[in-house]
Amino acid sequence: MNTTTLPGTVAALHDAPAPVEASADAHEQASPRAGVSELGPELAVAGVLMLLGALVVFDSLRIGMGWADDGPQSGYFPFYIGAMLLASSGFVFVKAAAGWLAARSAAAGQVDPLSARTFVARDELQLVMAMLVPASLYVAVMGFAGLYLSSIVLIAWFMRRHGGFGWPASAAVALGVPATVFVVFERWFLVPLPKGPIEAMLGF
Amino acid sequence: MEELSLLMNGFAVAMSPQNVMFMLVGITLGVLIGVLPGLGGANGIAILLPLTFSMNPTSAIIMLSCIYWGALFGGAITSILFNIPGEPWSVATTFDGYPMAQQGRAAQALTAAFTSSFVGALFAVMVITFLAPVLAKFALKFGPAEFFSVYLLTFCSFVGMSKEPPAKVIAAMMLGFALACVGLDTVTGQLRLTFGSTELLNGFDFLIAVIGLFGIGEILLTMEEGLAFKGKSARITLGTVWETWKALPAYWMTFLRSTAIGCWMGITPGGATPASFMAYGVARRMNKDPDSFGKGHVAGVVAPETAAHAAGTSALLPMLTLGVPGSPTAAVLLGGLLIWGLQPGPMLFVEQKDFVWGLIASMYLGNVVGLLVVLSTVPWWAAILRIPFSIIAPVIIVICAIGAYTVNSSMFDVIMMMVFGVFGYLFKKLKYPLAPLVLALVLGKGAESSFRQAMLLSEGSLSIFWSNGLVGGVSTLAVVMLLWPLWGALKSRMPGAGNPPRAA
Repeated sequence: MNTTTLPGTVAALHDAPAPVEASADAHEQASPRAGVSELGPELAVAGVLMLLGALVVFDSLRIGMGWADDGPQSGYFPFYIGAMLLASSGFVFVKAAAGWLAARSAAAGQVDPLSARTFVARDELQLVMAMLVPASLYVAVMGFAGLYLSSIVLIAWFMRRHGGFGWPASAAVALGVPATVFVVFERWFLVPLPKGPIEAMLGF
Repeated sequence: MEELSLLMNGFAVAMSPQNVMFMLVGITLGVLIGVLPGLGGANGIAILLPLTFSMNPTSAIIMLSCIYWGALFGGAITSILFNIPGEPWSVATTFDGYPMAQQGRAAQALTAAFTSSFVGALFAVMVITFLAPVLAKFALKFGPAEFFSVYLLTFCSFVGMSKEPPAKVIAAMMLGFALACVGLDTVTGQLRLTFGSTELLNGFDFLIAVIGLFGIGEILLTMEEGLAFKGKSARITLGTVWETWKALPAYWMTFLRSTAIGCWMGITPGGATPASFMAYGVARRMNKDPDSFGKGHVAGVVAPETAAHAAGTSALLPMLTLGVPGSPTAAVLLGGLLIWGLQPGPMLFVEQKDFVWGLIASMYLGNVVGLLVVLSTVPWWAAILRIPFSIIAPVIIVICAIGAYTVNSSMFDVIMMMVFGVFGYLFKKLKYPLAPLVLALVLGKGAESSFRQAMLLSEGSLSIFWSNGLVGGVSTLAVVMLLWPLWGALKSRMPGAGNPPRAA
């Protein structure tokens, strides 16, 4: 993800155009905006679910989905769950794919309903990634740097980059929130949170 | 009336200074959770659940259920003042609430919303008070087949009543069941779906799924909208409260209808969100002047709020009596009961009288306290929404991460939370419903064990689900709910038979 094109100020965050009205009416065809159409994500998610369903069926067959001397085997219940997951997501997948194929083989310029609907516009996707990428990094870093340090960096970075806040305000919130968390969790409720080398150096 | 004396004892439990304090804390936290985007009733309670492990169960459930009431109240504030539904069930409140605020009648809209929430909840608690013991006594006779048929009805109702495409409802539900199967099979000691991973030995905790799906997923969705907080400010004076209250009795039919819709949708797992939409639709259709709706009609605020609160409250009825929650938030509370060592279900009413009646009494008190708190503190909550999203968003991510970590003190859970978050975003956008997924994840173990026991009794024959009038009736109703969408599809194709749907 190319993060250099992200909007830098809070004004840019807020001036993003309103999303296409998510209408429940499937027949209403909004003109596709620049971005991702609904076809790809629909096929991908249904595909992943089919894969998971197949995995459950496969594993249930491995441990036995039949009847043992003492009753149903471990795979008895999951087998049907997996089969139903496979069938229902398969239905969604086939329906989406069939619509696409039918539209493609019909007259030129015809678009299937899923391709016509915008899943996420380009500018919206940028905003989502502006949250998803730092949040994923935050979780990855937390594993070795601990929760406190990574939270300070996340909040400060987000406020500076997307809120246009100066250092004093960013520092105040970025340090204040973890400090409050420390008092509430570690002192009042005695719930330990992940800590890294810095906290160890400070003797916690 | 045995119930009334038990209820009085319950009040004695709930009125202790300590519990009243927890009630106030719960309501305040709940309103905060309801107001902030990305934190809702279900994941807010999920995040706070680990903090209550050391408390006594009665105080803990009083605080957590008060968070729930608070979140129900809080959702209305953002809908009316900012046109941003803080919770899915307050979407319908924006239709008339925000126009009222734009016309400078924010205080009336808020008072009407809070009062209707209160009335809806009060009726639902009364339903619980008198229906729960009866239902519990009845459920004591339930065997595994009866319990499974109740589970079946719960899940089939989702298929029959959801707005989402049935195939997607079933897929989401089955994903929940599949995730619930992961880990050690307690009956045979067999490892399932772990593929040699030690992290998966204990399976997926539904609290992690709730925090990810509802918390992270919601933040991603909110980011997409860019969120311009251009709200109206509001101060509520005693005068406006009084004026609004004087006008409200005229809407008694709207109250009554919406309460009935809410209670029904809450007990059968329709949940608060469809209930609020349905009540809004009915109120509009029944009104003499339907065109005035959407332009700031008080009944357009009264109907959805009454129904949402009635549904949210009555969702606790099947949770307490049968161990089958009617909503994701009720499912989280059920998870809490299990963690505190209480087995929800009919035995709760026999063995844990203090707990059950303390909880029911706290519902009455909690809603009174909630009404007073929200009426007096609205300007503060409105001010919170003026905090830029660039501060709120990372702080909520931090809170979600803490919540996910503290469930089992495991970093793996925090990573899973992010994975669930991405799925929550994709599912929401592709109209896969999240509620059946969460409920299946919570109830998966119970459904499986009752199914297995029933199969043991009948030696593998499904006929046990039709072996007597009760279980047969529930099972048949479940099948009807499951096939409901098919009937709808058939009916809509009847006039133009043979027309492919995409020709429209």
